[in-house]
This record gives sequence, C-alpha cells and structure tokens, in this order.
Amino acid sequence: MTPTLRRRVFLVAAVAAGALLLWGLTGLPDYGVYAGPYGDVLNQVAVAERKAANVVAAVTFDYRGIDTMGEEFILFAAVIGVAILLRAQRGETEQPPDEDAADRHAPATSNAVRVVGLALVGPVVLFGIYVVTHGHLSPGGGFQGGVVLATAALLVYLSGEYVTLRRVSPEVVGDLAESTGAAGYVGVGLLGVAAGATFLANVLPLGEPGALLSAGTIPVLNLAVGLEVAGGFVLLLSEFLEQTLVIRRPGEVT
Amino acid sequence: MSHLPYVVAAWLLLVGLYGVVTSRNLVHAIICLSVAQSSTYILLLSVGFERGGTAPIFLDVPVGTKAVDPVVGALALTDIVVGATVSALLLALAVQAYKHHGSLDPERLGREQD
Repeated sequence: MTPTLRRRVFLVAAVAAGALLLWGLTGLPDYGVYAGPYGDVLNQVAVAERKAANVVAAVTFDYRGIDTMGEEFILFAAVIGVAILLRAQRGETEQPPDEDAADRHAPATSNAVRVVGLALVGPVVLFGIYVVTHGHLSPGGGFQGGVVLATAALLVYLSGEYVTLRRVSPEVVGDLAESTGAAGYVGVGLLGVAAGATFLANVLPLGEPGALLSAGTIPVLNLAVGLEVAGGFVLLLSEFLEQTLVIRRPGEVT
Repeated sequence: MSHLPYVVAAWLLLVGLYGVVTSRNLVHAIICLSVAQSSTYILLLSVGFERGGTAPIFLDVPVGTKAVDPVVGALALTDIVVGATVSALLLALAVQAYKHHGSLDPERLGREQD
C-alpha cells in the first residue's frame, strides 16, 4: 500500500470514527457535572472505613487492590520482555564500556553537569522515599515515588560514568528490588487470607487518618510497589544503556 | 463549550493515530501512540471532574467537601503505567528492528539489510 493510499484510507476511517466519537461524547453529562455515584460514595466513606486521607490511594491499593496487582505484573512482564528483547543477539559481543577499556576513552562530561547531577542524587532519593511512604496521605505513592527513585540512577549515569552506575546499582540489585516488590504485594495479599479474611483484605491496624502509620496495608503495598517500580525502571535504563555502551555488532567500529 | 475536554480527547486520539499511520520512523510512531493514549487520561479525568471540586485527599479539608471522583484518578494511574511499559517494550523492539534491517522506516522493514 502506498503512503498516499494509506493516508486516504485513514482519513475516511478517521472521519467516521471521529463522528461516532463525537456523537457518543456529546451524550455524556456536561463537563464539570459529575453524574456519580461511585466517586461521591467513596469520598464520603473511604476516610472513615480505611483511615486513608488520600482516597485515590484507598481505591488503588484497597478497594481495587487486585486490579493494581495485575497492573504491577504488567510492569513486571514488560521489564522481563525488554530484558529478553535486548539481550545480546547472535553474532553480537559484549565489550567493556569505553571508560573501562584501555584503548578507548569516553568523552568527559562537563563539570557543570557532573556537579549538578551529583548534588541532585541525594535530594532525589530522599524525595522518592518521601513520595513512596506518604502515598496514603498526599498525592503520590509507590508508582510515582518508584519512578523518582529510578531517576536517581539516571543522574548517576549523567554525572559520572556508566561503570559508576553499574557499581552503585549492579543488575542483581534491580532484579532483587523488582522481584521482592512484586512478591511483597502478593505476600501482603496472602496476609489477608492468613488472617481469615479475603485476599488483599486490609487486615493491619488502621490507625488514625493523617498519621504516617495509618490506613493498614495501603502504605505497605505502596512500599512494595515503590520497590518494584524503582527496580524495574533501573533495569530498563541499564538495558537500553547497554545497547549503546556495551553490546557491539559484528564488524562495528568501536 | 461544556464538552470541549471531550472534543480535545477525541482530537488527540485521532491526531495520534494519524501520526502512527503516516509515520516514517518507528520511534516517531511510538511517540504518536503515546499521544493517542494520552487522550484517555483527558477523557477519564474529565468524566470524573466536578466543578468546584477539590482533590479527593481529605487531609486539610474535612470529609464531605466537594471533591472529584477518585476512581478515575486511580484508573488514570493504571493507564499511565501501562502506557509507559508499552512504550518501553516497543522501543526495545525498535532497537532490534534497526539492528536487523538497518533502518527505522516501517516501509523498509520487510526487506533484508543491504
């Protein structure tokens, strides 16, 4: 199919799909008018029932906890998929990255990038931990905080060398963090079964809303997810970096 | 004007798909797919929005304050995570496609590397 023909076919389909979409969307309640009732009900009862000030966290990790487990395993499977796709192919060889090789030298990072990057690593790690641990109290949680934590690893790469990144976060650390996080989520779910309730039931003491130790299993699940997301994203990062820095194709000039 | 956010969502979906269909570069196509997917965030959050509502976090405001729907917020979170993982997988595929075909142009993927 030529590009022109493909574009024409798409335009016809897009006009039809767009008309259908607009027809359907204009049937929705006006923007700003909430038809409910689930959100309103949850906003009324969630704080009293689960002692979680952040109702979104209560929905994500409690009322719809099993759904989030599926989401966590989507992430897990995707990271494994990337690792498998990006392993050394037939004919490819792994070479030490430029900084380690005796005959080659990586271009030096500018001092400004190095200083700012290194200065940011500590605060970023701290902020990531804060976001993970306060998910039940304020916007944030395991997914968001985990990504923030993973950017700390990226800063290490930017401000130093690839080998430094491998030294502070060898692949086994990412693997361990990711699988511990994924297993931890299931473990907290089984805690409910062990206590005689259902899988992922919120069986831990709930405490008072607004306290750091409150909302039962929600902060624990946030920790598990934070660990998994941080580990998973560090793995993704190192897999992609490896492609340019370590893996060499046959006949490629290094 | 009361349906404008929905129109924006429909527009983003169609314009993202147009980019995927006409793309000459796999990385560009993946970014276009992300654009198309971002329409779902807008749609979800607009459906749950309530005029004058605050964020559904009752730390500084008492329970009973008018707040937006927390369910769509949780769904948008799922949506973003799935979007990020799909992008990562597709980018990994693009890396390997480039190695095998020496090109990121979808038109040339059927051919062997010269």
